[in-house]
Parts: sequence; structure tokens; C-alpha cells
Amino acid sequence: MATLIRKFRSALPGNLGVDLSAGAGLTTLLRAWLLSLVGLVVFTLFWQGAANNIDTSLGKFPGPQQVIEQAGNLYAEYQREQQNERDFFVRQEVRNAERLANDPDADVTLRPYTGRPTFIDQIGTSLMTVAFGFVIAMAIAIPLGIFCGLSQAVYSAVNPIVQIFKPVSPLAWLPLVTMVVSALYVSESALFSKAFVTSGVTVALCCLWPTVINTTVGVASVDKDLINVSRVIRLPPLQHVSKIVLPSAIPMIFTGMRLSLATGWMVLIAAEMLAQSPGLGKFIWDEFQNGSSDSMGRIMVAVLVIGLIGFILDKLMLMVQRHVSWDKSVILR
Amino acid sequence: MQNYLELSNVGIEFNTNNVPFKALDQVNLKVSKGEYISLIGHSGCGKSTILNIVAGLYQATEGGVILEGRQVDSPSPDRAVVFQNHALLPWLTVYENVALAVKQVFKGKKNRAEMHDWITHNLELVHMTDARDKRPHEISGGMKQRVGIARGLAMEPKVLLMDEPFGALDALTRAHLQEEVMRIHATLNNTVIMITHDVDEAVLLSDKIVMMTVGPRATVGEVLHVQLPRPRDRLALADDVNYNRYRQAVLRFLYDGHQTTH
Repeated sequence: MATLIRKFRSALPGNLGVDLSAGAGLTTLLRAWLLSLVGLVVFTLFWQGAANNIDTSLGKFPGPQQVIEQAGNLYAEYQREQQNERDFFVRQEVRNAERLANDPDADVTLRPYTGRPTFIDQIGTSLMTVAFGFVIAMAIAIPLGIFCGLSQAVYSAVNPIVQIFKPVSPLAWLPLVTMVVSALYVSESALFSKAFVTSGVTVALCCLWPTVINTTVGVASVDKDLINVSRVIRLPPLQHVSKIVLPSAIPMIFTGMRLSLATGWMVLIAAEMLAQSPGLGKFIWDEFQNGSSDSMGRIMVAVLVIGLIGFILDKLMLMVQRHVSWDKSVILR
Repeated sequence: MQNYLELSNVGIEFNTNNVPFKALDQVNLKVSKGEYISLIGHSGCGKSTILNIVAGLYQATEGGVILEGRQVDSPSPDRAVVFQNHALLPWLTVYENVALAVKQVFKGKKNRAEMHDWITHNLELVHMTDARDKRPHEISGGMKQRVGIARGLAMEPKVLLMDEPFGALDALTRAHLQEEVMRIHATLNNTVIMITHDVDEAVLLSDKIVMMTVGPRATVGEVLHVQLPRPRDRLALADDVNYNRYRQAVLRFLYDGHQTTH
């Protein structure tokens, strides 16, 4: 183990002329990395071992190796599809140019490419959908939470509704949302497809609650002395909220938003699967229906990517939270 | 001017879990302009409650408070409060904390430049100009309390209310701030009501010491007029006969029959 540590240290760029043992902070950081690495290695070994012993109708459960292979395949498919798209447009342009050369008045159009969405495209769609749902949810949850925190009466009125809807699974909402969106969303612009709106609204309905609850608590627990300061200088209500209440509640609001985003991302996959709206959920469902010998490997890639994106989204929120939080002494994790 | 501020028959009853609790009963107090008043008494005797009623943060259930001929019924910058735990907004700098109050209180009365000068002037009064861009968590407890005082003074209050302003400070910082407050009081001659636990502090700073009986139904027990010449010097007063006589009077009140009996 000691040699491993030494090897690992010497492999680091920081070792060039820097004595690592001198910087205690750096050593603890290194230790943390190393432990993460150990955890990953142990997990991978365990996974490999378990995968070899699980036989399904589609073959063995995918181990790390198959997953890496499939990840490569999926990326290759994406590149191939991109090349196809480029070729498609080049062909069209060539054809249009020929037609224009023959007849200057010819009616030429560029037809959009209608290839199959690849895994990478599905990731993009999923991110767009979750962003759409999250923004809607926050636009409702934060103001609602502020009102609940400011007024005991509003809180008493809203709390039962929050408590009842909070534990509802997205799958229960989905059929209703689908029907309502079909009935009400009749825009011809097709900026957002119906399936996209359905998934987005379902995400919004499910990720509303953590932010409502945390904002309420944050707003209701503003230091009484600070409220008294505001009363003594007679801040008008709007300024009272913007100068005293909101800054005080920011840490709690962000805690809620992070929980909401995590919930939203989790809900999205289920919603996409059931609503058949494009995205990672649909990718998994399609692969499952496809049932080839590669399917399980490809689904496992999707599982890992979903986890990784969820992790990155949370880290991004944490960065924003650190940036806007006034209390730099609190350790945010 | 006599009776600048007057509390007449002030009483307050709290209802906690539907059990009525009469914290104050028949509190009468007359304060002249420019007077420095200390409220002293055992913990829980309702000193803070009186201060909050004068501030307008609490409503008296009986009697009332009159300031310059007008009844007090809500909080106002007229009666600025310096809180025990400074109550600075942690996300604002020292300057911004004072500015928040100044901008609100002098909206439409001072222009930007005048406001800036006024904020700077008040920070100078408490010697906090050097730390004007620091946030509360970057400065010491004594400095925070100075900023709290600067914010109170910056509202140009008719009465400055201080709720144990030096309670959370160490002895040296406390002595230093007491000097500052005496200096500022001598310069501005403002009317001050201060809550304290500290007998020496009360005698050193005050014109009148209002001694409270133990609650419930707490009220004013005795009022001691401190007629020591100003400016007062803490070291010289330590051997002063009169100073010690006042000290003993307050101590005797606090430890004689007004102790908590439970």
C-alpha cells in the first residue's frame, strides 16, 4: 500500500519540486482522492465478480469491460450520425445548386435532417427537459415559499396541500398531465413538442415541494433582531423582503433547490420512459424493448451517465450556492 | 425641557399558552431631553420589555408612552435601538449596514452625497472608518457593537435605546466603549435609555439610575439621581466618596429584599 501511495504521489504533476509532506492540506486532499480511488476500484472488482455470475435471457450481466465497449460504440454511433447529417446537407446543397443552374426560378428548400436521435442527443434533450421543468417549479416554489414563511395564515392554508402532494410519484401524475397538455397545449409553433412539455410539467410537479418547504423554513426563521431592525427603520414590505428576508433565507432556499433538482432529474427518467418523450428514459426503454445482446451494456452506460450528470448538476448548484452565500464560514457540501 | 419622554402607568400582559403573565405593572418614568438613563435590575424583571415598549416593538396593554407630546404606538427611527447582539446584517459591510438605515430614514431629505457624508461622519464617531468595507464576521465583538451604535446614532433619534450594549464584551473592550459613549453623549447631548446589569457602568454613565423590582408585576422601585460632575473619569472616581455612595445605594437595592425569591 505504501509503495502504491508513493507511486501515486510521484505520478502527480504537483510533485515537481514540491515537497508534498510539507503541505498538510495537500496531503489530506491526496488522502481523500486516494480513498475515493480505492472505493471505486473495490466497487469495480465487486461489480465484475457479480456480473460474471448473473445469467439472463440476454446473456451475462454487463461488466465494466462491456460497459466501456458500449460507451465507445454509442459515441461512434453519434459521430457516424453527425457525419450522415453533414453528408445529407452537402447532398442537398449540391442538388439545389444543380437545379438552380438549370432553372434560376426553381423553388429550392433545405429539408431538415430526420435521422435517429443518438445517445448524445438524448442526453441533451433530457437536460433541456429537466431545465424546463426545474425553472417552472422554481418560479412557483420560491414565491410561494416566501409567502408561506412570511405569513402564518398562508402557511396554514398551504401546508396541507404541500403535505398531500409531496409524496405523490411522478407516474401517478403523468397520465393526467398528458391529457391536460394534449387538451390545452395546441400551439402550432412546435417549439416544444407535446411529449417535452408533458415530461417537463411532470418534473415540475414533483420537484416543487422541497424548495417550497425549505424556502418557508428559511423565511420563517429569519433572526428576530434583524426583523426588529427592519421595523425600527420602517422598511416598506417589498424592501423588507429583498433586503432582510431573502438574503437571510438564501442558504435554505439553495438547499431546497438542490434537493429539487436532484428529485427532478430522478423523476425525469421515469417520466420519459412512460411518456415516450425523447431523452435518456426513452433510450433505456427502447434498448430494453430492443433486447439485443448489447442492450444491457448500453442501458448500464445510460445508468452511469444518469448518475454522473446528476452528480455534476448538484456540484454546479453547490458552486452557485457558494458564490451567493454570505456566510462563508459554513462548510457547504 | 421637562418630560421629553414620559411613561405613565405602563403595564403589559403576555399570554403564553393562554396563561396570562403580567410582566410589568404601573411603570412610571419621566425623562428630560439629553438625559442618560440606566435601567438596572435582576434578570427577567422586564427591563428589556420596557425598552421594547418605548421602541414600539411591543404594545403596552395598559398606560402608554409619550414622546414630545405624541403617543408612541409603533417602531420608528425616532427611537433607534442598539441591540445586545448588535443585529448587523451579516451579508452587508459595515458601511452598508449603516447606509441601509440612513437611506431609509433620510429618503428625500438628503441627497446621495449628503447621505455618504452622514454615514462616514457616524462611522468616524465610533472610530470605524478603517473597517468600513469589512463584513460583520470579519470584525471583533466590540467593533460590531460600535457599528450598531453608529447605525443607531445615524438615524438621528430623539431617544437612543440601548439593550445591554456592552453585555457580551470583555471588560477592557467594555470600558473602552463606555468612554466612547460618554464622549459621544457629551458631544451630541442625546437622550439615552440603556439597560445594564453592571452597577459600575450604571453609575459611571448615567444621570438617573432606574432600579426595577423583581417580576412578575415588575415596576420602578427607586430612581437614583447621579450628580457627579462630567466629564467623569473612571480612575479618579474609584476613590470618590460620592461615587461609592451611589454604587452602594444601587447594590443595596439589588441585594436587599429585591432578590429573586424562588
